[in-house]
Amino acid sequence: MTGGADPAGVEQSSQSPEAVGSLASERLQAALRSSTLIVGLAILVFWSICAVFGAAMTPFDPYADDLLATLAAPSAAHWFGTDQLGRDVFSRVLMGARDILIVAPLATLLGTALGTALGLCIGYLKGVLDDVVSRVIEALQALPLVIVALMALAAVGTSNATVVLVIGFVFTPLIARTIRSAVLIESELDYVAAARLRGDGALAIMFVEILPNVLPIAIVEMTVRLGYAIFFVASLSFIGFGIQPPSADWGIAIAENYSLIGSYWWTVLFDAGATASLVIGVNLVTDGLQSVFET
Amino acid sequence: MRGFTIVSWSASSDRRGVVTTRPAILNFLAKRALLSLITLGILSIVVFLGGQLLPGDVGRAVLGPLADARAVAVFNHQVGVDRPLPVQYWDWITHFLAGDMGRSFTFRAPVAPFIADALANSLKLAALAFVLVVPLGIAGGVWAARRVGRWSDRGMVLLGQSLGIVPEFISAIVLILIFGVRLRWLPMSADWPEGAGPLTQVRYLILPSLPLVLVFFGYIARVARVGTIAALDADYTRTAILKGLPMRAVMRRHVLPNALLPTITVVASLVGYLAGGLVVIETLFHYRGIGALIYSAARAKDFPMLEAGVLTVGAVYALASVLADLLSAALNPRLRAGRT
Repeated sequence: MTGGADPAGVEQSSQSPEAVGSLASERLQAALRSSTLIVGLAILVFWSICAVFGAAMTPFDPYADDLLATLAAPSAAHWFGTDQLGRDVFSRVLMGARDILIVAPLATLLGTALGTALGLCIGYLKGVLDDVVSRVIEALQALPLVIVALMALAAVGTSNATVVLVIGFVFTPLIARTIRSAVLIESELDYVAAARLRGDGALAIMFVEILPNVLPIAIVEMTVRLGYAIFFVASLSFIGFGIQPPSADWGIAIAENYSLIGSYWWTVLFDAGATASLVIGVNLVTDGLQSVFET
Repeated sequence: MRGFTIVSWSASSDRRGVVTTRPAILNFLAKRALLSLITLGILSIVVFLGGQLLPGDVGRAVLGPLADARAVAVFNHQVGVDRPLPVQYWDWITHFLAGDMGRSFTFRAPVAPFIADALANSLKLAALAFVLVVPLGIAGGVWAARRVGRWSDRGMVLLGQSLGIVPEFISAIVLILIFGVRLRWLPMSADWPEGAGPLTQVRYLILPSLPLVLVFFGYIARVARVGTIAALDADYTRTAILKGLPMRAVMRRHVLPNALLPTITVVASLVGYLAGGLVVIETLFHYRGIGALIYSAARAKDFPMLEAGVLTVGAVYALASVLADLLSAALNPRLRAGRT
């Protein structure tokens, strides 16, 4: 992507002669200099810590209702106020990262694994298989992902597992297309011809020879997709087809409270801000990684 | 139109004669239209399988786990899902093409009128969103391209990317809080009073369209930016600058027409994406469009309605991409000659 080019990073790497020897350490240096990557990682790490240790960090039990203190405005005791059931919004926002940070990365991982395998196959073997799969991928792209997911989830039922599977399968063709075009270029190169002459089988060439060379592309693609996975899981949870109550998930919280938005803004604003910060954090990491891999 | 004079100038300087150019355009467009039809055919199979095969027992899914087995069998026979799949598909798609989209399980009435009304409502909302976002996105992209490599360019790219990835309901909530709750400038629901005039309708649709504008802004700006950078770098632009044309004229006559061609394609692809955003936006703002219709059909497991809605979205997308091809072909001399 041209948008992610970081002119500063290019300059830096050409100026440090001691790093030229090793591509990996050069990339690491570029990564440490990329401020978008650092800021994005900080946001991601913050929410991951909340997701893992949330239960120990929250001042109140995020699931405990208190019917004597419903819809209380933000105060010293309840920093973000309380919701309709008197649950502490601050505690729920901290805990809200947990499910989405399990579902979205798993779905992305599934989609990347399947998509990379499929992309390797159709890109290397070509022929009828490539034609048929490419057509089906194009047909699926005529539909917005939210609608494909909605249809599949209406048919198979909604749970965290089905959301992971559906988003993973929906991502597979998209990732396969990117990997396919990279494989088409790689398979023209000499090392592939050499492996073929050596008598290696198609599977060995695809997964031992070509895969390591398209892996950086797969990794960047994975972080791009992670951002979209969070987008979709949040949107699906908001419309009731994603993570299910009583999870403290942000999308659910907003769906439950947005009818009160006129008078009780604190029941939705902090959840909205948390979701926005998470997707923007992932986006900054993606942008940083792209500039690192492009140097 | 300014863009058109440039195109005809380039076409006449083209070494191919007019006689060979004309069939080339037609060939190109016919090929694209045929490809769209194939795509729609595959899509109809996928949608059909999604609606009939995935739920397993349709009657069980609709009537619920507690329903009597005989009632389920009767329901399945009534709606015809106990027949072989190819027969069902053929029956469904031939009726669909003839305008009969089947009967809704929920409303016990033909699906088609619901789809038509919802589509008309969604088109209003989408039209407003595009009227707002296309000029904004192009302006943002061109602005960033003139500052390429500087912090302002980088900031614009990051802003566009970040806005594009924040879910619509999140930006909608923030916009409602600012313009609906705090400032009280705009109505917080798209449900306008009966018999409202066009201007009132637009007023009710501004808030729902803004989240879509925010999501699309980055996409359009990015393509416009890349196109402008390439055009600014091209030989014809250098020639125009060196022959002493003022920068405004260079931008208007040489850079923009070439830079904005790819933007047409990206706008068309956003039409397809749009429907996904509409599901969330229309539900949030209580607006009876195609997104809300698909959503409520999915909730109620009303599969005929769901299939018809989803296939309609696919058809609108296919139509938009054919129109985009037509427009690009009309504006681009290289495409007119059929050399893609």
